[in-house]
Amino acid sequence: MDPRLITAIIVVVGVPTVLIGYIVLTEQVLRLFPERLKPKIRPWLWLAPALAFLIVWLVYPTIGTAIRSFQNSTGTKFIGFDNFVWFFTNPATIGALKNNVIWLVVMTILCVGLGLLIAVLVDRVRYESVAKAFIFVPLAISMVAAGVIWKFMYDYQTAGTTQIGTLNASLGGLGIGPIPWLQVSDFSVNTILLIVVMTWMWTGFCMVIISAALKGISVELLEAARVDGANEWQVFRGIILPLLLPTLAVVSTTIIITALKAFDIVYVMTSGNFDTEVMANRMIKEMFTNGNFGRASAIAMVLLLAIIPVMALNIRRFRAQEAIR
Amino acid sequence: MNQRSTRPIGRATTLFVAIGLLAAACSSGTASVAPTTAPGTAAPTTSGSSPAPSTASLAGQTVTVIGTWGGDEETAFKAMVKPWEDSTGAKVSYTGTRDLNTVLTTGVASGVLPDLAGLPGPGQMTQWADSLVDLGGVLDKATYTSETSAPLVDLGTVNGKLVGVFIKTSIKGLIWYDPKVLTVATPPATWDDLQKLITDNKSKAASPWCVGVESGAASGWSGTDWIEDLVLRQAGPDVYKQWYQGKVKWTDPAIKTAWQTFGDVVANSYGGGNTVNATNFANAGDPLFKTPPGCLFLHQASFITGLGGFKTATSGTDYNFFPFPDINTQFTGAVEGAGDLFGMFHDTPASRSLMAYLVTAPAQDVWVKIGGAISANKNATDYPDAISKRSAELLANSKIFVFDASDLMPSAMNDAFWKAIVDYVKDPSKLDAILASLDTAQADAYKAQ
Repeated sequence: MDPRLITAIIVVVGVPTVLIGYIVLTEQVLRLFPERLKPKIRPWLWLAPALAFLIVWLVYPTIGTAIRSFQNSTGTKFIGFDNFVWFFTNPATIGALKNNVIWLVVMTILCVGLGLLIAVLVDRVRYESVAKAFIFVPLAISMVAAGVIWKFMYDYQTAGTTQIGTLNASLGGLGIGPIPWLQVSDFSVNTILLIVVMTWMWTGFCMVIISAALKGISVELLEAARVDGANEWQVFRGIILPLLLPTLAVVSTTIIITALKAFDIVYVMTSGNFDTEVMANRMIKEMFTNGNFGRASAIAMVLLLAIIPVMALNIRRFRAQEAIR
Repeated sequence: MNQRSTRPIGRATTLFVAIGLLAAACSSGTASVAPTTAPGTAAPTTSGSSPAPSTASLAGQTVTVIGTWGGDEETAFKAMVKPWEDSTGAKVSYTGTRDLNTVLTTGVASGVLPDLAGLPGPGQMTQWADSLVDLGGVLDKATYTSETSAPLVDLGTVNGKLVGVFIKTSIKGLIWYDPKVLTVATPPATWDDLQKLITDNKSKAASPWCVGVESGAASGWSGTDWIEDLVLRQAGPDVYKQWYQGKVKWTDPAIKTAWQTFGDVVANSYGGGNTVNATNFANAGDPLFKTPPGCLFLHQASFITGLGGFKTATSGTDYNFFPFPDINTQFTGAVEGAGDLFGMFHDTPASRSLMAYLVTAPAQDVWVKIGGAISANKNATDYPDAISKRSAELLANSKIFVFDASDLMPSAMNDAFWKAIVDYVKDPSKLDAILASLDTAQADAYKAQ
């Protein structure tokens, strides 16, 4: 029989069997314990497989990376903080750090701001679902595909020849000469253009979540405000925005993490040239081109440390919300 | 919970669990058996001199190959291995990736490797020498050494072990032009003669030079070829050798002069720095064939004839070349070449057979005939046109032969070199800062060795 068919059968039969079987097994194991301990132990037994996966695929590599970040390029001896010193003194990595900060700030403001704006505006229109679908669709494509698409948008051909890039062609229509967009690093224009690509993809995500939260705001509240004479801006600032704050916080956190992870767009569009380097790209370079595992791990650790405060804030907020409930 | 009611159910489902877990375990067991590995035989299946591919029964076996070639080059490689596939019944499974470094670095670390692989360069090959199979047992070394020029054999040898063979070479630094646009009665012998030729023909094209350095993650490499050719002819092969060994600093006046000359070329190139950085190396020469011509000359290796506008142009009538002129007549006759190194990671009968086939003249003739390749095997002479033949002869008869310097540098240095070219083309005024940063990269990259 075709091996694939066998695998398919095993999956269809085996997976539910294993699932149910595991629960039954845990019940058998629990029989060994006194009655009052059972409710305390049961959750841990049920969590055990998920915890095992997390430990093997997440915790262990994180610890491994942390250890490697203190080792030399081949992992044969410990060199203390040398890799971190290198990270903060090497102009290439400092440039990457600076760019990541720009990504963080600009992308979050653009994504969340645009998402909020679109969600609020679209709420009042009849063709709401169509509009939302249009904005959301770019999220469905891969970042590499987005990079390729926008590479054409920003394309530059020599002045005087036919421009195939949308931006330069439009400028040509206005009589302005073509600009090599992705090469312009003054005022980080090219970095911001790369951020635009990522924003194009992720605004839909922000908009959808904010829109859902928006619909959760009680209509009576808004109507009462309007009856009392508040204009739209006052309604937005005084009622909608404060009530949306928890959602905005969650969305911002997600976008901040996505911005810090930015890699595909940079790799495909500029390969990090022209001062567009980001930490993830540097990490790949150190790891695979230079074969220096120590430095790559150090960069990964810096990224992790950068995200921890954001995560901590998020968890505190969740806890506060749980406490209210 | 009532013990009596759960007992029969408990027994049945426990049995189910056992079967399910067993089935899942068995399934993963069968899936993990790799179909390609077979016990290797001690004796090589064919000698390097036999013209026909091995006819040992390899039917149904697959050899996995990874290389950087894509598009036209990939088609050419597949045509090259087809006779072998037809005669042995085995199959070649080729994957092309520009990210060869990444794939092989992870492969060497994890043990998941293809059977044969194109190697990025002799410098990188040295780092992986322990994982590569000694080809002395696969090829007839005597025949290989007699059929291949000595420098190429040496480049593939690490500590006496032959681990890399060249299946294709190229000669770098040829100056291409369109004979319909300008006539070159005698090729310029010196750089000054070339400048005179440019001045005489200035009106015939928008600018003297076409340059294009874009190439994805490897952007900048065609600029490095310029610098290497200039260093070779301005400072000589000894400085060149010490330079790629990391013993000559980048801020050294000899190297700086080369960069400055390249800067002059970029300043006089079609579209200026912006276009140079935005144009892919394969299409950089297209303005040669435009009406009116965008440029007079393109500096590129022999393999350009298979790419971009050269593909559809007619050899001899639409394009021709002359070798890079001397700059310092002390170093006349110097030629820079490069090649595609191949190595073997898994010793299987099918891989041995394929490797032995790839170094033979008939195999290399296939690609040579398609165009854009020069064979590493001296006996492969099936060149499709006079131009390819001339470039092959130039390579074979070179007085001073050197290999592409950036391919011989450690990969970190090579990468910094590429980036430096891109930065320099963008802003030539930053030359000193760029060279200083290259020095820092050099100190870092070579100390690991």
